Amino acid sequence: MLNYVLRRVAIAIPTILLLVVISFVLMYAAPGGPFNSDRPLPAQVMANIEARYGLDQPYWKQMTTYIWNVVVHFDFGPSFQYRDRTVNDVIAQGFPVTLTYGFWSFIVALVVGVALGAAAAIRHNSWLDYLAVGISIGAQVLPNFVMAPILVLVFTLWLGWLPGGGWQGGQIEYLILPVIALSTSYMASIARITRSSMLEVLNAGFIRTARAKGLPTSRIIWKHAMKPTMLPVLSYLGPAFVGMITGSVIIDVFFSTGGIGQFFVNSAFNRDYSVIMGITILVGVLTVTFNLVVDLLYAWIDPKIRY
Amino acid sequence: MSLNPDPGTADRLLEAQAAADVKGRSLWKDARQRFMRNRAATAGLVALVLICIFAFFGGFIAQYEPDYVDFSLIGANASQGVPSIETGHYFGTDSSGRDLYARTVQGTRISLLVGIVGAGVAVIVGTLYGAIAGYKGGRTDGAMMRTVDILMSVPYMFVLILMLVIFGRSILMLFIGIGLISWLDMSRIARGQTLTIKGKEFVEAAHATGVRPMTIILRHIVPNLLGLVIVYATLLVPQMIITESFISFLGLGIQEPNTSLGALISNGASNMQYGVIWQLAFPLFFFVVTLFAFFFVGDGLRDALDPKDR
Repeated sequence: MLNYVLRRVAIAIPTILLLVVISFVLMYAAPGGPFNSDRPLPAQVMANIEARYGLDQPYWKQMTTYIWNVVVHFDFGPSFQYRDRTVNDVIAQGFPVTLTYGFWSFIVALVVGVALGAAAAIRHNSWLDYLAVGISIGAQVLPNFVMAPILVLVFTLWLGWLPGGGWQGGQIEYLILPVIALSTSYMASIARITRSSMLEVLNAGFIRTARAKGLPTSRIIWKHAMKPTMLPVLSYLGPAFVGMITGSVIIDVFFSTGGIGQFFVNSAFNRDYSVIMGITILVGVLTVTFNLVVDLLYAWIDPKIRY
Repeated sequence: MSLNPDPGTADRLLEAQAAADVKGRSLWKDARQRFMRNRAATAGLVALVLICIFAFFGGFIAQYEPDYVDFSLIGANASQGVPSIETGHYFGTDSSGRDLYARTVQGTRISLLVGIVGAGVAVIVGTLYGAIAGYKGGRTDGAMMRTVDILMSVPYMFVLILMLVIFGRSILMLFIGIGLISWLDMSRIARGQTLTIKGKEFVEAAHATGVRPMTIILRHIVPNLLGLVIVYATLLVPQMIITESFISFLGLGIQEPNTSLGALISNGASNMQYGVIWQLAFPLFFFVVTLFAFFFVGDGLRDALDPKDR
């Protein structure tokens, strides 16, 4: 087990480093510096600015300094567009918002998805089963950027029940639509995976044995069927996490929630490289860490995974 | 002579009999029959054909060019840009006074192209990469698949947007960016299947007769991967369409005057409070139907071709 953990961590660290290097190289390859504008600055001013941001240093030195600052000090450097704030300020402002609705979306997708899928499998071929299958097929074609306008159209413009955007410190009514829009398609996938996985488990020999010795159904489900059912679900959580953190960009832009996605897209339009890089690296680190945790959980639950 | 007046008929009869007696059902024919029995898949295929006709020939019945701006309609969309047959704006107009029908045709076409090109790259690069890794095995395999693992754990959408920002937003860049990420899943699938094919006798026989490894891969392994590859390519197309639409929804993907379904949905969504619901409804309809069609066809193909589910 320890060996496996070490090996898994040994893959995670170069992944993060690679991501940092790739983003740095990409940024460096960009045609024109971040301060090139239509009206060229005087040479002396340009030199001063470049010295201020360390752009006059040789290439390898810039890269090592950047990596050193990111890895050791968690310092992503200054923003190239806003003189009054650093990339860390941007992240500190936007990340809690993203984390809040992202966390709830994840919980909703997981809990509702597993409950729906398990219920469908237990009541196989009932109306509940058909409903679950219908939802999971329908939600395949409803990614977050389709769900978001539909939800706002129905609940804000037609019914007028919920606000169609804004954050207001994360009050519940501002949270509902983003969470539904972000979680629906993942909820559906989790429901589908849970259903097929549980159907397979319920047909297994050990479940028949449990039934034969007269255990009550609820006990069979919770005690025996749930754990093996969750294995495929668990391995889907990594991709789901990536999908949600990516989808948060849409949520931030569409609902104006003010999370990091909004800064990301604004920076993409302003060519504010350091902010884009900082957010990309942050998201990358989160993803790699999350995948690491999922893999370790998987190895812990399923003793067959040992290498 | 009188017994056999027309040798041609007899020959044809014999041929037909021989075909009925000897010729077993080929795997592909078998798969086609199974596919046709699947009603959802057949409906998906019909829908897909209709959408392709719409996307590639729908422009002929459009009354306006997709980039023609009717300035008199700007600002008067809700009243005068309504979908109608008389004005020739079958789907109404968009917020800049352009014909939404022509725009939707154009957007559907570009979305389909992005999906197909992305899936095409995945098929070629992913299959070869996976087949080579699986066939070589050992250290090569390990290194190649670890690379895929690492690339897969990178949040590609962010890197893709970073690339679009740095190298400029163009269709070509979008194709390159989507092509770069689309083959990863495919290479894993191809590798897994290669590992099982590798142990078969015909590969061993080819190896024993001195066929070079690359020829074995191309001649003996890749054809046997085709079924699986086709299934996953069909399921990849909608994913590529979603990826492209995602980026275009943010305004970072396709640029004016070109458009895609994602860009049209984005436009429709930002104008929906002004009573021009058709600007959202028509692109959304085509987006949803296209995705449904691909998913159903893909599922049908999987049931028909995937040996695991038999």
